[in-house]
Order: sequence, then structure tokens, then C-alpha cells
Amino acid sequence: MAATKKEPVVVNFAGPFNAPIGGLLTWVDQRFPLMSQWKDHMSEYYAPKNFNFWYYFGSLAMLVLVLQIVTGIFLVMHYKPSAAEAFASVEYIMRDVPGGWLIRYMHSTGASAFFIVIYLHMFRGLMYGSYRAPRELIWIFGMVIYLCLMAEAFFGYLLPWGQMSYWGAQVIINLFDALPIIGPDLSTWIRGDFVVGDATLNRFFAFHVIAIPLAILGLVAAHIMALHEVGSNNPDGVEIKQNKNEKGIPVDGIPFFPYYVVKDILGVVVFALVFCAILFFAPEMGGYFLEYNNFIPADPLKTPPHIAPVWYFTPYYSILRATTEDFMWVLRIGVVAYTLLILFTARGCLPKLLAALIAPVVLIAMGVIEAKVWGVVLMGVATLIFFLMPWLDKSPVKSIRYKGSYSRWALTTFVVVFLVLGYYGTQSVTAMGTLISQVGTLIYFAFFLLMPWYTQMEQTLPVPDRVTG
Amino acid sequence: MLVAASGVAGGIATVAAGVPFVASMLPSERAKAAGAPVEADISKLAPGERMTVEWRGKPVWIVHRTDEMLKIIKNGADKVADPESKKVMQPKYATNEARAIKDKYLVLVGICTHLGCSPVEKFAAQAEAFAADWKGGFYCPCHGSLFDLAGRVYKNKPAPDNLIVPPHKYLSDTVILIGEDNDKGAA
Repeated sequence: MAATKKEPVVVNFAGPFNAPIGGLLTWVDQRFPLMSQWKDHMSEYYAPKNFNFWYYFGSLAMLVLVLQIVTGIFLVMHYKPSAAEAFASVEYIMRDVPGGWLIRYMHSTGASAFFIVIYLHMFRGLMYGSYRAPRELIWIFGMVIYLCLMAEAFFGYLLPWGQMSYWGAQVIINLFDALPIIGPDLSTWIRGDFVVGDATLNRFFAFHVIAIPLAILGLVAAHIMALHEVGSNNPDGVEIKQNKNEKGIPVDGIPFFPYYVVKDILGVVVFALVFCAILFFAPEMGGYFLEYNNFIPADPLKTPPHIAPVWYFTPYYSILRATTEDFMWVLRIGVVAYTLLILFTARGCLPKLLAALIAPVVLIAMGVIEAKVWGVVLMGVATLIFFLMPWLDKSPVKSIRYKGSYSRWALTTFVVVFLVLGYYGTQSVTAMGTLISQVGTLIYFAFFLLMPWYTQMEQTLPVPDRVTG
Repeated sequence: MLVAASGVAGGIATVAAGVPFVASMLPSERAKAAGAPVEADISKLAPGERMTVEWRGKPVWIVHRTDEMLKIIKNGADKVADPESKKVMQPKYATNEARAIKDKYLVLVGICTHLGCSPVEKFAAQAEAFAADWKGGFYCPCHGSLFDLAGRVYKNKPAPDNLIVPPHKYLSDTVILIGEDNDKGAA
């Protein structure tokens, strides 16, 4: 925290009410760091002047978070977290509660909007190297928020107690069942029953409305505190703090208030237009935002003929489905090849030692534990591997603008593969779909695991001293 | 030393305080009690048809198999991962080719051994999107696992095991009790 000089507290028994507004501010400031916080985070937080389109999504994510919390509070006023009443209470909100349909559609559309905004926000980070030193903790806090968001979405999806709610929860909880030894007990503990039932619904409600939102709020605060400590990155990946004027202000920085507040308000207006268009004209988004099967009450005896998670989980779901017994052989070859790559080309002893120790363990485990478990493991690793980005990227430059062609092609391919995996995750299983998902899975992991090599081998462009337009 | 000791003591106390909260999420006594055996009347189950009863909140299927279906099971051993049901997914009295006490009647827990979806019946032997030379059985819509007419899983599918045969016994020729057998009382 920048130490703004505080005047000593002089107890003024007259109180704030007979003083003008400046007096009120002084009265508050002597008791609470109001102005210094305002300056630190708004009027004297200097952000690079070259933010572009991709820098809208941080503030939009905050906006959607507030939207979800507010609409959520009002939904809870009418919702009943019980297996017998949940489905009917959601239909009651949709039909009988005044404006209930609007609040519910805002919440359900908001959930998908949240993931769209967050995925674009993460893509911005990947493009401009926003995860690189000294911003590793910002990235890590952000990734934890992303994991919490997935948990929040998953818990929330059970609450309407429709067919997709029920069978989606059944499948995801059974992922834990696959783990060796502790699996069955763990999944029973998560459910609170031997099948997904009333106990499960009740606890998911508790997680969805209290536990995870609290965690997300705390993490968002940590994310922003870390950001404002080191300062924002920018499309050029230039550190603006290295070039300050005589007052100690970065020459390429402009204060967040008013400049970026005004810019972000434009983003909010455009976002609101798109959001309202979906909200009023296509809240189900052709079955992608609200799946049609979820308008049928949960039936524990009958799985819907086609079951798929909501779109934002489908890339990982594809990876899960891709892991068959045959594919395990491809993975084994992959592990061996990657180990050899490290042993022959990595610098330093530590990576080689780790590779030599870990690879045999993984290979033996692959022989002992069945493919079902590895599908779950790969799916977990696919989400967690983002955490390693700050240490996988060895490029001398941060931004994609100055990286070489390998990095550009790698990132482009990764985005395409992510979308393709996402598409096949929404589709029924076919031989072709499985094959494409398997190739996609390999490319997905190659993007991360080969990054230390291709970011060092390529020819980078010279980085300017100051930000460009 | 004092700091370390109080730190350890405080840590232990914190973990111990967490125990009741973790334990509160285990199945309640009421949930544990709700597992009684159920009876199924199979007198109206026509050959080639399936009925579903609920046992412990899960679907249990009873299939009345035709001779034709039993022949397909016999000839399909090379397609399934565990044709002789070596892995214990059934009681001893159902560890045979048909995986049943009486060959005609198959009793299965209708929950895929992969991730717990309920497979759908595809009894007709005809070309399907998931298998061109389909001979009839069950298809799991979630992740594409295939099972034959004895609930045996096809090779190289996400599901690792055959479908579970629950403990059951015949109370008469037309009534099956699911959830209890003569081996060891209620399972």
C-alpha cells in the first residue's frame, strides 16, 4: 500500500454534519483509508496506455460476477433445495413469480456469459504473456478462480433437478469413484448417500450459494491486489514501470480513473446489448446454454438418450471420452518420447532427474490402473496444466507480437483444438469423433509440454523500449 | 520451542475440529436404512422384453431372453472383454455364460460401470451408428460403452467391467427378490 500521509486523528465532537462535504471526507479519511484506496486502485493506478479490445474482459468478468450474485440472491428467495420440490419450484419461478423468468434467465445466461468472458480473458493472458514474471501469482489466483467457477457452475447445474442436472452430477461424482482405493468411499461422502439424492442436492445448494461464492470473492480481491501491486501487462509486454518521469509516474501509463473507467463503460454497454439479445431472444441458445433434457424432471431410472455437459465443460469432457484402452498405448509412447526428449535436450540436471524418476512410475501405473481412471486423470491435468504456464514459457519476450512463428502457430492450433474438442464433447460418440478427440487431446497437451522447446528455438522480434500505439 | 509446540497443538486442534464437519457429510442413518430388498413380478414379462424396478434408488433390469438371444451370447465371446465373467461383478450363482440363475432371465443393475449412466436397450440386431455389425445388447449414451445381452462389456470401450448382477433369488417361478439371496442374507 502506498503510504499517503495521514493527518493525526483529532476528535471533533461537532461531528461531520455541520461541516461541508470536504469536511466529511476528512472525517472519514481520519478513520478509514478511503481516499488512499481510491487513489491506489483508481485515480493514481497507472495502467499502460495501449490497452486494446482484449482488455475489456477483466472488468466484464467482475460485472457478470455481480450479476450472478444479485440474481442468485433473488432466486434463492423462491427456490426449494429438496429433491421433491426443486424442479417444481424452478417452474414456479418461471411461471408464477412476477419477473421470475427474467431473473432466472439472467442467471442461466449469466453463467454461460461468465465462461465466455473468462475464456477470452484467459486467451488475452496467453497471447500477451500476462502470466510471465512478475505476474505469476496473478495468473495462479486467476486459475484458482477458474477452477472455483467450474465448481460453482457444476453445483449450480444440479439445482433445477432436471434430467441433465441429475445425470450430469451422477457422471461427475462417479469420476471420483474411479480413483483407486479411496474412490467408492469418497464418492459416497460427496453424495451423502449411495445415489445422487436429496442429501446431494442440499449440500450442492450450500456450496453453490455460500461456500464457493465466498471463495471466489476472496480470490478476486487477491487477483486484483496482486495485479495492482506489480501493475498491468499490455499488448507489447513492455514493463511501463521501467520508464518513469521525474514524478515517479510511468510515461506510458494513464490513470485508471477516468480513462479506463470510460473505456470499460463502453465495453459494458456493448456487452449488455449482446447479453440482452440472448436473454430475450434465445435464452436457451439452441440447447447449449440450457439443455432441452433439463426441462424433464430428474428420473434416477432413465438416462436421457443423449447426455452432454454444458458447453463450457465439453473440451475436457472430450478428453475424458478419448481415453480408451487402445489410446493408452499412444499415451505410453508419448510418455517415453517426452522422457527421452528431456533426457537428451533439457539443460540442467533437475529436469532430467525428475523425468528419469517420474516416467517409470507413470508407466508402471499405466499398466496397473485401468483406462477409466486415466481419462479422469487426463481431464484433471488438462485443467491444472494452465498453472504451469509461467514456467513453461521460456521465450525471451512476453507478447505474441514479438514471439516467433512457432509460438503463433502453437497458440492458434491450441485455440482451434480447444474449440474442436468442445464441439465433439457436445456430440454423441462416433468412431470418427473419438479419433478426432484423441488427436485433439495429444495436441492439447503438446501445446503445453513442448512449450519450453519451441519458445526457445524460434527467432523472436526486437521488443521496443516503449509501448506502441 | 514454545511457538512450535503451541503451533502443533493448535494445528491438531484445528484438524480435530474439522472432523465433525467432514463426518456430517457422510450418509445419514436414514439414508443407510433405505436399502431394503424389492420384489419383482415377472409373470407378464414377454420374451425379448425388459422391465425395470427400483432398488436402492438404482434401476434394476430384468430381461426375458429368447433362445435366439442366448445363441448370440454364446457366439459373441470374442467381442467382449471378460467373456467368462472372471472379475467378480456378479454373485457366484450367476458366474456362468448367461450370467443368470435361470438362463432365460437376466437381472442387472442398469448402471454403466464407467461413470454411472443408465445404458439404453438396443436389442435388435441391426447396423447402428456405434457399431455396424451390432448383434443386440445395451448402449450407453454417455460415453459409448457397449454391453451384450448378458451385460458383458465390449472390448476397448470406456467402461472397464461387465454390468453388475445384484444379489437376487426366486421366491417362486414368477417372483424375483432383488437385494437378497440364500448365500449370506441381505447383501
